[in-house]
Amino acid sequence: MPVVVNLDKCTGCETCLESCPYDAIVMKDGKAVINEYCNECMTCLSVCPEGAIIETLDAAAREESLRTKAKFADYRDVLVFAEQREGEIAAVSYELLGAGRRLADKRDVGLYAVLLGTGEKEAGELIKWGADKVILCSDSSLTQFNDDSYAQILTEVIQKYKPSIVLAGATPVGRSFLPRVAAKVRTGLTADCTSLEIDSETGNLLQVRPAFGGNIMATILCPDYRPQMATVRPRVMKKGEYQEDRTGEIINMSTDSISCRTQVIETVKEVSEISVNLHEAEFIIAGGRGVGGEKGFKMLEELAEVLGGVVGASRAAVDEGWVSYSHQVGQTGKTVNPKIYIACGISGAVQHLVGMQSSDMIIAINKNPDAPIFNVATYGIVGDMFEIVPLLTKKIKEAKGL
Amino acid sequence: MNIIVCIKQVPDTAEIKINPETNTLMREGVPSIINPFDLNAIEAALQIREQSGGKISVLTMGPPQAEASLRDAIAMGADEAVLLSDKAFAGSDTWATSYTLAKAIEKLGADIIFCGKQAIDGDTAQVGPETAEFLNIPHISYIRKIEEVSDNSIRVQRLMDEGYDIVESGLPVLLTVVKELNEPRMPSLKGKMAAKKAEIKVMGFADIEADENSLGLKGSPTQVKNIFAPELKAERKMIEGSPEEQVDSLIRELKAIKCI
Ligand SMILES: Cc1cc2nc3c(=O)[nH]c(=O)nc-3n(C[C@H](O)[C@H](O)[C@H](O)COP(=O)(O)OP(=O)(O)OC[C@H]3O[C@@H](n4cnc5c(N)ncnc54)[C@H](O)[C@@H]3O)c2cc1C
Ligand SMILES: Nc1ncnc2c1ncn2[C@@H]1O[C@H](COP(=O)(O)O)[C@@H](O)[C@H]1O
Repeated sequence: MPVVVNLDKCTGCETCLESCPYDAIVMKDGKAVINEYCNECMTCLSVCPEGAIIETLDAAAREESLRTKAKFADYRDVLVFAEQREGEIAAVSYELLGAGRRLADKRDVGLYAVLLGTGEKEAGELIKWGADKVILCSDSSLTQFNDDSYAQILTEVIQKYKPSIVLAGATPVGRSFLPRVAAKVRTGLTADCTSLEIDSETGNLLQVRPAFGGNIMATILCPDYRPQMATVRPRVMKKGEYQEDRTGEIINMSTDSISCRTQVIETVKEVSEISVNLHEAEFIIAGGRGVGGEKGFKMLEELAEVLGGVVGASRAAVDEGWVSYSHQVGQTGKTVNPKIYIACGISGAVQHLVGMQSSDMIIAINKNPDAPIFNVATYGIVGDMFEIVPLLTKKIKEAKGL
Repeated sequence: MNIIVCIKQVPDTAEIKINPETNTLMREGVPSIINPFDLNAIEAALQIREQSGGKISVLTMGPPQAEASLRDAIAMGADEAVLLSDKAFAGSDTWATSYTLAKAIEKLGADIIFCGKQAIDGDTAQVGPETAEFLNIPHISYIRKIEEVSDNSIRVQRLMDEGYDIVESGLPVLLTVVKELNEPRMPSLKGKMAAKKAEIKVMGFADIEADENSLGLKGSPTQVKNIFAPELKAERKMIEGSPEEQVDSLIRELKAIKCI
C-alpha cells in the first residue's frame, strides 16, 4: 500500500476516518489501518495531527499504481459459477460457496452466485449455503451444458456486476467454458486450483495449482487484469456453513440474446457404482503394488466390508490389472476425501498423494519405513500388510461384535 | 476438408524429478515428446482424411527446436507443418498462446481444428477453448468419439463427469480430444522418409496480424509468482510394536474418535 500509517505515531484519534472519501481507513486494535480501497488521494496525510500517515512511493511508482487502481476500483465482489446437473446443484457448487464466502469476508465484499437452467428453489439453497445474491437464468434450454450459451451469459454477468474474483469448478463444464469467458473479457484464468488466498499486502488472489503431473505446485497471480478467474478442483475446498434462516436476493436474468452454435442431442449416463461410492465413503481401503495381486485385494475387501468402506487403488495396482480403473485414486484417477484413508502397500508417489491427502485421517501400512506415504500419514505402521490387514479385520470385527 | 492439429512439444513428465534442494524441476536429460493427447488429435485427423479426404496441417508455437515434433507428426501422416516461432511470443500464458495460435489459424484457414485435451506440462486444458473464442467459432471439449463428419457439420461424444453427451456442431469447429478417442498409430517408413525431407513453414510476428501488446510475456494476464514442492502435512505418528500391538494401538485410536 503506497499510503501507510506509522503505528508508533498513531494515537487512535480517528480524525482520519472521517476525512477519507473512500472509507478506506478502519480502526484495528486502537490504530488506524488503510485497506485496499485506498485511492491514494492523500487527503488523510494533511488531516492527521500527528503526521502519522505517510506516502511510501516515488512519483512514477505512484502514478503507475494509481492507473491500475482506477482500472480496478469498480471490481469488488466475489462471484461463483454454481453448476447444476439435470437441475440439481452439483456438490462442487457448495464447495465454491465455501471458498467464495471466505474470500469475500476477507475482502469485506459480497458473494454472488450465477445459476443457469434451474429454478428459484435451488437459488434459495445457494443463499443458505452462503451466497448474498444469486443471478438466476431459469431458461430450461440451459439445463444442458453448451459452451456458447454458458460463456455468453457469464461474460454478460461479469461485464455488468464487475466482480474482482470469479470461481468455477474444475469439472468438465467449468474447465471447458471458463477459458472462453477469460478470452472474451481479456483476463487471466488459472486452471484446477487447490488453494486460494488473498495476499494481504496487495489484495491480489494467490492461486495455487499443481503442474507437471503433480510434481510441482505453482502460485499464479493475475495482478493487472480483472476479474481474477480460477477453476477450482472439486473435493478440495471445504463447504460453507448451511444456515436455514439465511436470506439474500435472487436476481432474474433474461436470456433473449443468447445464440448457441452447438446442440446437445442426448445425454448418456454411465456412472460406475464404485465412483459414486469412492466419493461418498467414510472409509477407503486402498491398495498398491505391495498388495501383490487379486488375492491381496480380496483381503482389502474384507476389511472394507467390516468398516462399511470401499476399496481404492494406486495406478500401479490398476496397471497390473488387479483392480479396474474406476478404483484409481490420484492425479489421473479420482480425488477423494473420506474420514479415514487406509493405504496398504502404496509408496506414496505425488501423483497418488494429490488424490487423497485431504482425507481427514490417513493410515499407512507399508513395510518400507522410508516410504513417502508416511509423510502424509496420521498413523503409520511399518509392517507386512499380509499380517496387519487380516489382524485388523479380525479385531475390528470383535470390537464391533460382528 | 482442411484440418489443423495444434500440437505442443512437452518434457516427458513421467521422467521429471524435483531437485530437493532448490525445489526446481530437473529438466536436464528429460526427453521432449509430442504431448500425448495431441497424438490422439493427429490420429483423429488422419482418420477423417482417410474417410473423406482433405489436408492436414500441424501447427505448433514454440522455440525453433519444436520443429522436431512437427517432423514426428509428418512421419505419422500429416501433410504440412507450421512452426510459429518468434522472440515476441516468448513467455506466453494460455491467453497469449491462444491469441497467437488463433491469429496464425486465421491466416491458414481450417474447417476442423483439433487440440489435445490438455498439455501434460501445464495441465491447463485452456488453450483449445480460448483459441476457439479468439477465432469466434464453437468448440467442443473432451471428445471421446467422433460419430459423424459431413461437409458442414459434425457429431461427437463429449466425455462428462457422469457419462457423455452427444453433441452436434456446424463447421468450422475446434475439438479437444481425450485418450479414449483412439490409439495413435506409429510412423510408417514412408512417413519417416517424408518427415526428413519435409519443408517446415515458419511464421513469426511479421506473418500474422497481431496486436503486439497481446503477445508473449507482455500480453499474458497471469504471472507465475513462485513454484514449490507439494507440501505434505506432517502430523505423522508411527505406531511401534509387534503386529498384534500395532493393531491394538490403532484400534484404540479409532475407538477414541468413535470411528468404530
Ligand atoms: C502423469 C502421471 C500420472 C499418474 N497418476 C497416478 C494416479 O492417478 N494415481 C496413482 O496412484 N499413481 C499415479 N501415477 C503413478 C505414480 O507415479 C506411482 O508410480 C504409483 O502411484 C505407484 O504405485 P504404488 O505405490 O502402488 O507402487 P510402488 O511405488 O511400487 O510401491 C509399492 C509399495 O508397497 C510396499 N510393499 C510391498 N510389499 C508390501 C507388503 N507385503 N506389506 C506392506 N507394504 C508392502 C513397498 O514398500 C512400496 O512402498 C502417475 C504417474 C504419472 C507420471
Ligand atoms: N504452444 C502451443 N502450440 C500449439 N498448440 C498448443 C500449444 N499449447 C497448447 N496447445 C494445444 O492446446 C492443448 C491444450 O493445452 P494446455 O491448455 O496448455 O493444457 C494442447 O493439447 C495442444 O493441442
